[in-house]
Amino acid sequence: MQDCGSGQVIAEFGLAALWLAAALAVLQLIAGGVALSRRGDALGAVVRPVAIVQGVLALAAFAALVAVFISTDLSVKLVAANSHSAKPLLYKIAGAWGNHEGSMLLWVTIMGLAGGFVAAVERRLPERTMMATLAGQAFVSIGFYVFLLFASNPFTRLAEPAAEGQGLNPLLQDPGLAFHPPTLYVGYVGLSIAFSFAIGALITREVSPAFARAMRPWVLGAWIFLTLGITAGSYWAYYELGWGGWWFWDPVENASLMPWLAATALLHSCGVLAARNALRAWTLMLGVVAFSMSMIGTFLVRSGILTSVHAFAVDPRRGTFILVLLAIYIGGALMLFALRAGSISEGERFAVTSRESGLVFNNVMLSGTLGIVLIGTLYPLLAEAMGMKVSVGPPYFNPFTALFVVPMLLVLMVGPLLRWRLDNFGRVRSGLIIPALILVLSIGIAIVMAPGKMLSIIGLALAPALAFASLLPLRGRRLSRVKLPLWGMVLAHFGVAVSLFGMACDSAFTVEKLVAVRPGEAVRVGPWQVTMKSITPIAGPNWTALEGDLQASYNGTAPSLLRPQSRSFWTPPQQTNESALLTRWNGQLYTVLGDEAADGRWQLRLWWKPFVTMIWLGGVLIALGGLLAMLGHVASDVRRVIARSKIAFRRERQGR
Amino acid sequence: MSAMKAKHQRLILVLISMAALIGAGLLAIWGLRGNASYFYVPADIAANPPAADRAVRLGGMVEAGSLKTAPDGVTIHFVVGDGKARVPVIYRNIVPDLFKEGSGVVAEGKLGHDGTFVADNLLAKHDEKYVPREMKDMTEDQACKTVEAVK
Repeated sequence: MQDCGSGQVIAEFGLAALWLAAALAVLQLIAGGVALSRRGDALGAVVRPVAIVQGVLALAAFAALVAVFISTDLSVKLVAANSHSAKPLLYKIAGAWGNHEGSMLLWVTIMGLAGGFVAAVERRLPERTMMATLAGQAFVSIGFYVFLLFASNPFTRLAEPAAEGQGLNPLLQDPGLAFHPPTLYVGYVGLSIAFSFAIGALITREVSPAFARAMRPWVLGAWIFLTLGITAGSYWAYYELGWGGWWFWDPVENASLMPWLAATALLHSCGVLAARNALRAWTLMLGVVAFSMSMIGTFLVRSGILTSVHAFAVDPRRGTFILVLLAIYIGGALMLFALRAGSISEGERFAVTSRESGLVFNNVMLSGTLGIVLIGTLYPLLAEAMGMKVSVGPPYFNPFTALFVVPMLLVLMVGPLLRWRLDNFGRVRSGLIIPALILVLSIGIAIVMAPGKMLSIIGLALAPALAFASLLPLRGRRLSRVKLPLWGMVLAHFGVAVSLFGMACDSAFTVEKLVAVRPGEAVRVGPWQVTMKSITPIAGPNWTALEGDLQASYNGTAPSLLRPQSRSFWTPPQQTNESALLTRWNGQLYTVLGDEAADGRWQLRLWWKPFVTMIWLGGVLIALGGLLAMLGHVASDVRRVIARSKIAFRRERQGR
Repeated sequence: MSAMKAKHQRLILVLISMAALIGAGLLAIWGLRGNASYFYVPADIAANPPAADRAVRLGGMVEAGSLKTAPDGVTIHFVVGDGKARVPVIYRNIVPDLFKEGSGVVAEGKLGHDGTFVADNLLAKHDEKYVPREMKDMTEDQACKTVEAVK
């Protein structure tokens, strides 16, 4: 109550900043458009500053929203509906984006900041392409500003301040989840830059290796965040939902996977365009597709048309609004592509045995995987339109994505060893003998250890061979002189193998036990002996819980303590199971406490999951590889710029 | 290869990638026909039961008073109804948060030969605002009656 005075101004300030940012986006679009015409140079000078100020204003609006959430200003409708004064500070802040309006504001904030950042630092592109790019970025932003201001205003006031807020969904009250959405959003929205670059290049028809080199760090940046966001989201689902699974093929998970697949294809095709000036139209196409997938994902999540744990905005008007935006942006971009693709001069051609043909294979397989996931995600919608109600799950997604992923991983062992332009397979053949032997050997071992589980066998066989092969590009080089992007590639590919190994081990060797035990009883699960010591009630800031004291001993070694909880939140009233995990180098023991059975026994669900942590470790390695590659590319670009300006300076001096 | 004109090579590349993508699409559709799991309400199961080994989803209300725990402490039996028909369900697992008698549930699993639905997974009402999508089609009136009937 004591912050009433300041709180009341903050919301209005936020709304004003948002309107100003939207107005600047319109100015940015017009100025950028005019700058493309012959006489528009005067207006062109304002485009970059406007883009920067627009980003800052959007950030100010977002900061205002976080401020009203921190002070729990209950006269703001959004705060009253999603927050509570007795919530820990971290979740008050996270509550700002744990809802529809706030997350859309986060979306435009990131979009504005990304555009401003590009405007501030990107000097490698021809100025005309740059103007078209920034105009494109503004064009996309405007749609989301309109959506925010007219259909989901986060700063709406209540006529009468609420007495108390309704609280945040307890499932979302978890430190991991507090930062998962922003990470993912940076990835989603970061791809808007690739989209705008592609639009800019389509308008000015300037597609060149220099264009690919300029676009690549931005794609890599967005892709790193997407990778981390997906990895973190998967780990959150694993320990928070208490089902012991790490990927459910839930529409929302697919919504994050699809942009990732497209962005992965895009950054590989960027590599081909940068090195060989080939795949020109294809790269632009992927730039359009990647961000389109982000928007489709947002549509699926925000419109609430798919049943999902994450879908919190069930409002048909908003769904229609986003659908219209999608039609304008994706349809418009594809139309532009169709009109201009023919006039983009064709790239270099190349031989079958070459680095670029390996990358083309990678692109086609990734696109195929994307198609499988997209169709599987949208199929329930199509079926419903025809009067059938269906859901699509692992029995479809697992084998059908594997059909594309497995060949891609096989080629991944060879591709990075090949040279650009033209290579001779005989040159690399000797290096591949060891991975081939590993592959054959591990197929044999896998068949013996996990009989009958086809996908697990494939994964277990591929992972070690791939791990070895991913290191081969370093062979024969002096390690101190290997450039950062190469380290990045090796690390990321190695991460794929690590992650694959984790997935295969989890599905092949997980041991599960479901029992009802009295305090004092012991249960065996895999190599573990788990003893239930006692059940004690405890209290947290906005919940109470029953906590189980479990003693777990691995193969008779000294026991460790686990404390799974069954929590009851009161704002809103809801029960959650907090799992307790015990991590060893070779896997995780996963424990969930269930309900009390009638006779004083307690339900206990236990899993022993060998090497499951490798899944997320691999994800982090992949992101780290991306980071190294990005740093390497940026550093070499900066060096080039500095060198060029030095030369220019010397020339100027000599000329005098 | 070198004798091939650039234009031809581009054409071949386009054709190959188109073929792969169309292949992916056809494959997806074929896979979906065999693997999508259909949604049933108890009345549908009574009228036209699915094949015994086919994965389906069953949605309805958990009848009040029908929830029983077996002696092993972890297997539960309950009845899902929609006001027209009732289907007994068996589930061996910890029930999800928010699963309770008299509220909506979607069970994933298979219909056994004896007419009992064997669930591998239960999706309970997520919060006060969430209704399983498939149950939105019940009219308000139907839903009220169902709730009344199973209370």
